[in-house]
Amino acid sequence: MAEREQIKKSPSRRDEESVSEVEAKSESGEKLKAELDDLLDEIDDVLETNAEDFVKSYIQKGGQ
Amino acid sequence: MALPKIVGIETELGIMVRGTTEWNPVSASSLLINAYVGSEPGGLDDRSSPIAWDFIDETPGADARDFLPPEFALPPEIETHLVNAVLTNGARYYVDHAHPEISTPECRDALSIVLYDRAAELIAIDSMEQAANALPPGQEVILYKDNSDRKGNSYGTHENYLLDRSLPFGQIINGATGHFVSRQIFTGSGKVGSELPGVGANHVPYQLTQRAEHFEEEVGLETTLKRPIINTRDEPHADSQRYRRLHVIVGDANMSQVATFLKVGTSCVLFAMLEDQALERVHLLDDPVHAMHQVSHDLTLRQALPLESGGSMTALEMQFDLLAQAKDWANRFGFDAVGGDVVGEMILRRWEEVLTGLESDPESVAAQVDWVAKKRLLDGFQERHDCDWGDSRLRALDLQYHDLRPTKSLAARAGLEVIVDETDAKAARHDPPTDTRAYFRGRCLQKFAANVVAANWDSIVFDVGDDPLRRVPMLEPARGTLEHVGALIDESDTIVELLDKLGA
Repeated sequence: MAEREQIKKSPSRRDEESVSEVEAKSESGEKLKAELDDLLDEIDDVLETNAEDFVKSYIQKGGQ
Repeated sequence: MALPKIVGIETELGIMVRGTTEWNPVSASSLLINAYVGSEPGGLDDRSSPIAWDFIDETPGADARDFLPPEFALPPEIETHLVNAVLTNGARYYVDHAHPEISTPECRDALSIVLYDRAAELIAIDSMEQAANALPPGQEVILYKDNSDRKGNSYGTHENYLLDRSLPFGQIINGATGHFVSRQIFTGSGKVGSELPGVGANHVPYQLTQRAEHFEEEVGLETTLKRPIINTRDEPHADSQRYRRLHVIVGDANMSQVATFLKVGTSCVLFAMLEDQALERVHLLDDPVHAMHQVSHDLTLRQALPLESGGSMTALEMQFDLLAQAKDWANRFGFDAVGGDVVGEMILRRWEEVLTGLESDPESVAAQVDWVAKKRLLDGFQERHDCDWGDSRLRALDLQYHDLRPTKSLAARAGLEVIVDETDAKAARHDPPTDTRAYFRGRCLQKFAANVVAANWDSIVFDVGDDPLRRVPMLEPARGTLEHVGALIDESDTIVELLDKLGA
């Protein structure tokens, strides 16, 4: 599943604290940016095509 | 000593049918649940109808403030005629108002609740697939794990905590209100825009939570209108002399497992501290309802919230102070009440990491906190497509974050950290937790489904053939576990044998 793959990609920050913090920050910053770009590509693919109709038609009766 | 904090989550799901304009949410929800129950091992295929919920002990109109006259508030109605099934994992799956709702089985700790919350998502996914088979070609039922249609209609994700009846309700109100207001900084799932009348998108383009704006009272019995921060429904589903079930209605549905873990874990710790009389500093807010909206609207997390005593604190400061007190409590009392050392230490560690991250740079917790994860997508989308907050694609993105279909879910793509094993979560669709009474309920349904006439949280009714129906009460939520009854169930070939062994 997508989530399983995601967890492998996400940096396990807490376990790698031996790396100098600054280095880790810029590295993970770049990695995050690249990941975000991939993610935005994917969102462009899967986002509901008629956004306005979709948003308008999402009406829920009240609940608890 | 604090009681074990046994917990459950009830999730009302948003529902939509695609491919037709002729649908209504109640029948779509019924179709969905029936389709799932019919496909579940031990479900409809083996029986003439799904195992029914037993309403005998439902009293949602009972008020924890027993000094109030009954006419003070309108009791919620229970709809007994709609689909209402009990699953083999001990969960309840039913139609509530106009939504499908899944209540997890009773769980012993915050990590177990994350497992069963994920199992509930998987059950919802299975249900959509099964429903597709029951619908005409081209039609599809879609479920959303969110709390608002962004048009003023809200539906809940309720947490339930087992509390000691002897803890005065006033202490619960004073101790919990500030936590429910301030924990929003890590429990919020994010929402584009505002649903408050007169609050424009230029004032609140994005906020931390879906739920905050739907709260109007500090304390009360209602859940569907004039919602209160502290809900007084007094329906323990257990021995009412010993226990209280605190019904917490303020939370958002979380897609992030870490957020669910912290939402429940920090609250378990708080309630254990209250029972141990270890909450020494209580910061009473001057206007809790207003503060709840303020916190939700404040992306800087720096808004000062006026206190009753004069002075003010930010939500972050309130959370850091609660964490500091929680550490002292843990040193004195240990973690038994919240599920043991492993889970207890994980709650404190994760809590501190998330608060520290939110304080220094919220983006650093984008894998743990839903509102941050969603905002990252929204900001990235805005930059890429050069659009402003009024763009309907951003509102679509906001909704689709919560879409439970694996092919469409944006939360599933957002890089959220996973803390429970997916294989375990798949098994948890069918198998109950081993360490609460849900084990007894689930195992009986797995092994003796044909004899179970009805079940609810605190009893099961069995048909044992010629004799009258036999009701087995389960008034102790921590009993009926694998340790207590596992061997007896294994050794019994018939329900009569089991009931004899139990002395029931």
